[in-house]
Amino acid sequence: MFFPISNSHIDPLYLVIVGFVIGILGGFFGVGGSFIAGPALRLMGVDWNFAVGTDLAHIVGKSIVAARKHRTLGNVDLKLGMIMALGTIGGAEGGAQLIQALKRAGNVNAVVSWVAIVVYVSISVFMLWESHTTLKLHKRPSSRTLPDAKAAASKADQSAFGPVTKKIQRIRIWPMISLPTSGIQEISLWTILSVAVVGGFFSGFLGGGAGYIRMPSMVYVLGIPTHLAVGTDLFEIVISASYGTFTHAIKGNVDILIALVMHTGAVIGAQIGVVATQYFAGPKIRLAFVPLPLIGAAIVIYTLATGHKF
Amino acid sequence: MKPDAAKSLRVFAAELVIYTVLVTGYFFLVLHVLGNWLYRLETQHRVLYAVVALLLIAGQAVVLDSVTTVLFRLLRRRWR
Repeated sequence: MFFPISNSHIDPLYLVIVGFVIGILGGFFGVGGSFIAGPALRLMGVDWNFAVGTDLAHIVGKSIVAARKHRTLGNVDLKLGMIMALGTIGGAEGGAQLIQALKRAGNVNAVVSWVAIVVYVSISVFMLWESHTTLKLHKRPSSRTLPDAKAAASKADQSAFGPVTKKIQRIRIWPMISLPTSGIQEISLWTILSVAVVGGFFSGFLGGGAGYIRMPSMVYVLGIPTHLAVGTDLFEIVISASYGTFTHAIKGNVDILIALVMHTGAVIGAQIGVVATQYFAGPKIRLAFVPLPLIGAAIVIYTLATGHKF
Repeated sequence: MKPDAAKSLRVFAAELVIYTVLVTGYFFLVLHVLGNWLYRLETQHRVLYAVVALLLIAGQAVVLDSVTTVLFRLLRRRWR
């Protein structure tokens, strides 16, 4: 099928399947999935600028569907999502500025690649340790598959990193706010903004939505239950990806027809991913999350080793 | 699998089938009705194109989801 806006020929079935896979990952883990979508579009010969912009456009739609579904399940903290969106946009600008500075210095590719590998692998190793330890500490038969009522109760999940999270929550820097939906009585606004800015910074620096950093940060630093972190992250992605889509579309980097085909598969996958979260406890979702940053790291290592740019 | 869980999965599967049909139909409708216009818009009026692109993608997500819910409720009433 010919897509005139980006001047590319792509099999629509391929786009639907890629969208479907990303949709399931997005609905289940609360990530945008740009680490798969970008390379997948590049493999079909779509120019890099169109791959980035079009990917963002399809992420908007998929995240709307997944966030709406999560909201009906009580998994979205709107107040937290709004604050996070502000910090993310600010941080993304900072990350983009650093990229520009590295471009001028002439070593952007090497620095970004190595930072990406270290960050991705660190997240995976830490989450593997934490979720594995938590599961071992709280091993009980009911945590395997959860009917709806038990799943709802499990949203206030446990973490082996919990004591550190509690210490972070006790940092008292004015203004303190409460997040009743997430079950947090008091937390400094600056703690939330710091997490959002760091997530945004990596989004601007490494590309994509950086959900693989933001979702774990919400769980481990802010103490948000995993189900709520997934839903709220998706809500936050709707805002930041819409902003990204708009700016990329103005620059001529969005092929909306490709995005709509990918979206056809993505929205179906996202619905399945969201419903699947109801059948897993928080630590199991976090354990299943471990391979995702490793896939990102593998792609970066491949590009470093072969010189092939996706 | 417990009967309640099986029932809710069946309901979800039925909703998903309706949604899939609508989403696919929506894409072909946009492609045939708006395809050429979108191409011209992208080359001539980028800001308007950006707004339309966001509306189209959000429309596919929000409107079709709502239509699916309404259709599904109507169908369930008929089946009863």
